[in-house]
Amino acid sequence: MSTRDTDWEGVRLHVVTGKGGAGKTTAASALALALASGGKRVLLIEVEGRQGIAQVFDRPPLPYEERKIAVAPDSATQPGGDVYALVADPESALLEYLEMFYNLRHAGQALTRVGVMDFATTIAPGLRDVLLTGKAAEAVRRKKAGKLFYDAVVMDAPPTGRIGRFLNVTSEVSGLARVGPIRNHADTVQKVIHSPQTAVHFVTTLEEMPVQEVLDGIAELRGLPGGGIQVGGILINMVRPMELPARELRDVAAGGVDEHELAVGLKAAGLDGSVRLAGDLAAELTEHAVAAVGQQEQRHRLDEPGQPCYELPFITDGIDLGGLYRLSAALRDQGAA
Amino acid sequence: MSNVTPPPLDVDRLIDDRRTRVIVCCGSGGVGKTTTAAAIGLRAAERGRHVVVLTVDPARRLAQSMGLSRLDNTPRVVPIPKRPRGDKDRAPEATPAGSLHAMMLDMKRTFDEIVEAHADPDRAAQILANPFYQSLSSGFSGTQEYMAMEKLGQLRRADEWDLIVVDTPPSRSALDFLDAPQRLGRFLDGRLIRLLVVPAKVGGRAYLKVLNAGFGMVTGVLTKVLGAQVLKDVQTFVSALDTMFGGFRERADYTYRLLRAPGTAFLVIAAPEPDALREASYFVERLAQEGMPLAGLVLNRVHRSPAARLSAARAVAAAETLQAAGGPDGGPHALTIAALRLHAERMQLAAAERRVAEHFTTAHPHVPVAEVPAQPDDVHDLAGLGAVGDSFYTG
Repeated sequence: MSTRDTDWEGVRLHVVTGKGGAGKTTAASALALALASGGKRVLLIEVEGRQGIAQVFDRPPLPYEERKIAVAPDSATQPGGDVYALVADPESALLEYLEMFYNLRHAGQALTRVGVMDFATTIAPGLRDVLLTGKAAEAVRRKKAGKLFYDAVVMDAPPTGRIGRFLNVTSEVSGLARVGPIRNHADTVQKVIHSPQTAVHFVTTLEEMPVQEVLDGIAELRGLPGGGIQVGGILINMVRPMELPARELRDVAAGGVDEHELAVGLKAAGLDGSVRLAGDLAAELTEHAVAAVGQQEQRHRLDEPGQPCYELPFITDGIDLGGLYRLSAALRDQGAA
Repeated sequence: MSNVTPPPLDVDRLIDDRRTRVIVCCGSGGVGKTTTAAAIGLRAAERGRHVVVLTVDPARRLAQSMGLSRLDNTPRVVPIPKRPRGDKDRAPEATPAGSLHAMMLDMKRTFDEIVEAHADPDRAAQILANPFYQSLSSGFSGTQEYMAMEKLGQLRRADEWDLIVVDTPPSRSALDFLDAPQRLGRFLDGRLIRLLVVPAKVGGRAYLKVLNAGFGMVTGVLTKVLGAQVLKDVQTFVSALDTMFGGFRERADYTYRLLRAPGTAFLVIAAPEPDALREASYFVERLAQEGMPLAGLVLNRVHRSPAARLSAARAVAAAETLQAAGGPDGGPHALTIAALRLHAERMQLAAAERRVAEHFTTAHPHVPVAEVPAQPDDVHDLAGLGAVGDSFYTG
């Protein structure tokens, strides 16, 4: 057992959302790896059928089946752990459901052929969501030999714009069956999602629009009827190092750079053409400062909701497995897992 | 590695060509589609076109800068800022001014309008109040795409503008926007949805025979899963919508034809990142398959350095020399050290971006590419849009 404190002790369903392009799948994958270290078993669920997890872990497309896809590294004091992945699609979940409750697998397959499954999940968009969140809730509650099977479940969830509706299962199915197994199913899912076992994390970059979506998303979750859903951490993705202290950055952004000082420095370093080079580097530095000041502004806005923020470093060469491990280490160092 | 250079994409020529009537900006989410669409619209207006930009989900400040404060489905005039024409190399040529309008899509309103246009008032009211219609018109994945295309069709038919620039919905997958309208059209027009209504109609017997005993099972399962109320709502909705059937498919087909017609040009927008360019690749292939005219790729937020002659390695070495001489805090040359480190980082980033872009060009050597440099700050005013537009100048 781990003895270190993390910010999300007791949370077993980690829902990860964010604006498209902010790196939701990458962040969810890194979080799953981070949660797995210390000999844990973690399930990473994808619900939008884009095979993003397979791409992040550099695997061929994954089926509707829980499969081990990565091993968290062990450290000097702790053993590694296992990350499993599942690509959940509503149609397969519905088939599974029909089989479980009605023993209708064959009929279900026949219905799939005439398009009924697609139809059912289409005319009742809420049904899709219940089936998908239901899959996650089932994994959270699953037991084997009296013990919980997964230590944690991480869901790469729909983007922020849809997250409230996606998770607020009860109102989603209120138009659906008022009694019967789907209803019971929805109620169970609802219990898990509204419990302290579930937290919703937001992924963003330090740009205006993704940050705005985080703030709106948090407000939406907090405003949900029925006690709301626990808001988790804010995962700030693609954070680049600052080359100057914040104060100097502001000065440079506002007033530019002393090119003469730069030219002298460049000359001292033995670089030719130091005057022209100083001009070009000054332009570069000013641009960086303007961008960095803008990012700091966005960073301050993220403090407003009062949730813990975690920074994921920008990885220049694109995310590969090595990069993913670096991100997961960053999450652990900052106490997210 | 061999040098892979794509043909240049001449956006100015595209927007100056009066035969270009529709420009569709597509690409995966988060790559700056909306900004690019707005910048192209503004530039085209500056160059004399009468332009309307249809946006779907603009950033708040960008929307405000264009005078759009609400989703109201109405094109608003955007005043074209006067720009100093001193810098002849960059500024558009002085042509008789065009005009710029912009609008934000309200998908529910657009859907309601279709219903109102096709049904008598009583029936329309009945449809609009139907719970199933309400979830369909605001929740169904694909409705936004369908309505964006519907709006494009309407704007084209109105013929008040000589250029329409469309920003596609922020789907995770760029392809959604081509498929969703047809999916929705097919769904509303489909056999199954009619099948549900047939028990009430004699004409439906033929369908019943096709599935005969199976039909009972279908409704049986659907009732179990969805509940009887949902099926009833759908049935009411479908019978109320009866006169409009066929209409949906037809409208989807109309916009589909419009997208393939001469005068339409697709721009695929991507950031120089592996995911975005992978989506761009799929999209390029798909457009070719559908016979839709691709004008080229806009590579957005590209990092370049004005001091590219100084390599990353030399910059790092120089920084280390100064650091060694100046002590831990850099001594008198702290600023220079910061500038050199930053430069090295920028050069590495530029090289990484170039590698990803070359990947794309190796796979699609004939696709023209235009690069838009990364802007230091979020673009949130017309001057910023103008600056993005200026990067299309190829001289």
